[in-house]
Amino acid sequence: MKPIPGLVKHNQRIAMRHGGGGRAMRTLIEEVFMRGADDIPVDGVGLSAMDDGAAIRIGDQYLIVTTDSHVIHPLFFPGGDIGMLSIAGTVNDLSMMGATQLLGLTCGVILEEGLERDILERVQASMQATCREVGVPILTGDTKVMGKGEIDSLVINTTGVALTKRIVRDNGLQVGDRIIVTGTVGDHGLAVMALRNKLELEGDLRSDVAPLFDLVQKVLAAGGDSVVAMKDPTRGGVASALHEMAGKAGVGILISEQAVPVSEAARAAGELLGIDPLHVANEGKALIGVRPEAADRVLAALKAHPLGRNAAIIGTAIAEPKGKLVLDTGFGKRLLAEPEGEPLPRIC
Amino acid sequence: MKPGEQLKFRDPVRAKALTTRLEELVKEIGRDPISVMHVCGSHEQAIARFGLRTAFPLKLDVVMGPGCPVCITDVPEVDEAVALALQGVRVCTYGDMVRVPGTVKSLADVRGDGANIEVVYGIDQAVELARKSTEEIVFFATGFETTAVATAAALLNDPPKNFSVLSAHKYIPPVMEIVTEMPGSRIEGFLAAGHAAIITGSGVFEAFVNTHKVPVVVAGFEPLDILAALVKLVELVRDQKPEVVNMFPRCVTHEGNKVAQEQLWKVFTPTGGRWRGIAHVPNGNLRLREEWAAFDTRKRFNIDVSRLWDYAPPKLLGQCICGEIMSGSKSPKHCALFGKECLPENPVGACMVSSEGTCRIWHQYGGHLDLRGIS
Repeated sequence: MKPIPGLVKHNQRIAMRHGGGGRAMRTLIEEVFMRGADDIPVDGVGLSAMDDGAAIRIGDQYLIVTTDSHVIHPLFFPGGDIGMLSIAGTVNDLSMMGATQLLGLTCGVILEEGLERDILERVQASMQATCREVGVPILTGDTKVMGKGEIDSLVINTTGVALTKRIVRDNGLQVGDRIIVTGTVGDHGLAVMALRNKLELEGDLRSDVAPLFDLVQKVLAAGGDSVVAMKDPTRGGVASALHEMAGKAGVGILISEQAVPVSEAARAAGELLGIDPLHVANEGKALIGVRPEAADRVLAALKAHPLGRNAAIIGTAIAEPKGKLVLDTGFGKRLLAEPEGEPLPRIC
Repeated sequence: MKPGEQLKFRDPVRAKALTTRLEELVKEIGRDPISVMHVCGSHEQAIARFGLRTAFPLKLDVVMGPGCPVCITDVPEVDEAVALALQGVRVCTYGDMVRVPGTVKSLADVRGDGANIEVVYGIDQAVELARKSTEEIVFFATGFETTAVATAAALLNDPPKNFSVLSAHKYIPPVMEIVTEMPGSRIEGFLAAGHAAIITGSGVFEAFVNTHKVPVVVAGFEPLDILAALVKLVELVRDQKPEVVNMFPRCVTHEGNKVAQEQLWKVFTPTGGRWRGIAHVPNGNLRLREEWAAFDTRKRFNIDVSRLWDYAPPKLLGQCICGEIMSGSKSPKHCALFGKECLPENPVGACMVSSEGTCRIWHQYGGHLDLRGIS
């Protein structure tokens, strides 16, 4: 982005929105981390692709590598905790690249001076349980401590490696392809926001954090080469992930809002906070682009899996407007914009 | 509710029947365009959120008027808050106000320079801060009747002595007259905001309708509320019947909330003042009555705004058309800065700052592409 005279000062420091998963974050990565980067592996996927992970060709297979740092506040929330999240997040990124064999994870932790040892042990137990569920080991790790107030309690970085014979990118959509979401959207972000805002809602608003490796194996088995694009709608939610998929593929996406599964609790919290569930992070959902003839087959395979019971076909790739999402609300149509950053409290 | 199932006032089938009726009415009138105005950010939010503009008849123009309380807060009012903050006073206000540009600086800018600015969800939080502290707490109070009543209630509830209110509250009915009287105004009817009418009552618009012979329909905020109110409004336009009709009777009465009105006028008095980018509006500003001088920031402090004028205002401000957008004569699609230099993360004008501003809403819901043809 060109600097704008008189308005430059806003761009000179990192703001929360630069970590929000939307356009501000992408611009920052492009302007800072990709400057002069010369990273594209031959017949693989590198940083400039800005996909869920990288892929390096080894013989007739690809080694998939991905890394993710976890900074959630509070550490424990309805439906999960930072330990579970740190494993599921990385496993899901590997899965979204089409991984069929998980090799292992690394785990780096940075702890705040004064953190209770009991908390660390609970987090570790949760990481271990999630690793067992998926069947992936932690192979190596690193531990650092920072002074009180220099970091907020606990940060976990995990890196994952996996193998596949066929990479699934996030840029593979063609006009006519169907978009499937594997379940209800917005649960994770809204559960955390409701907790932070001390909204005591009736009903069961819980994070959806879950490792999707097994679910994705079923999808790949049912859909084969017709599974052409995958992405997990984490920060920035479905809106942000679909924008990336549409932009990279040079298509538009028409979404039927009435078809998007949203839990009653998430819908209520969203209305109350003035936040669209489509703009909110998920930690146990995938967006899957499939060729139209395979859509019903993939949907059936998803619905047969406990993590995919609420899966639905929510959209179709269209020729125009390229790179944009058109939302059919049932009342009319509008564009679904990318989230900009942290939502402000409502004024009235 | 099952996933995908919608609330009662969000029934697409009923909506379709109402848009069909609108289409018939516009055809019956047989001229174009028919222009009606709403004066509420929440109405624009709903219209944009549900994509209603693609369902309105092409020959029906539904424009947003000065309905965003953040946007119409005038530059000198923002300057007062900024100057106070620079004088070392702790200023509390609503989140959207923090980034609204004053002559040269916003509250967010001076927060970066070390000033003490608190974002609060409501005045009660500011009062609570004052109770827990010995320092001076100023609440920069903005908004229409709805939030003004909350301010009045807080002042009537024995606030601590170190608390005061910098009122930039505005009152909607007088600005409807100004917009209608503007040279070249094409407005043939108004949708009035349902939540404000809960307080004022629908009767408050009768004087305006009698003087200006323009119909007013009070509307709620669900898609069916808005469509049903528009059908009624266009019928009144067709029949040339300048009347007030309450299409939000499940919440709004003719008299309104008497207790709230009493509290409002016990604390505030209407005075003339500028609305940003629009005009001087006689009786459009709400200021604290003389009896409340002890809690009136303007009486309590010497606010020195001149010290702000050492800097040059941003150059792009000259190209901003927020004023014309808020008075309904232009829309964001006429603005050269919209979506380019002027973005929510880098707003040039106030309309791009607030979640109730026309530009911000249009931007949030994807700009001004024509989506009617897409299937």
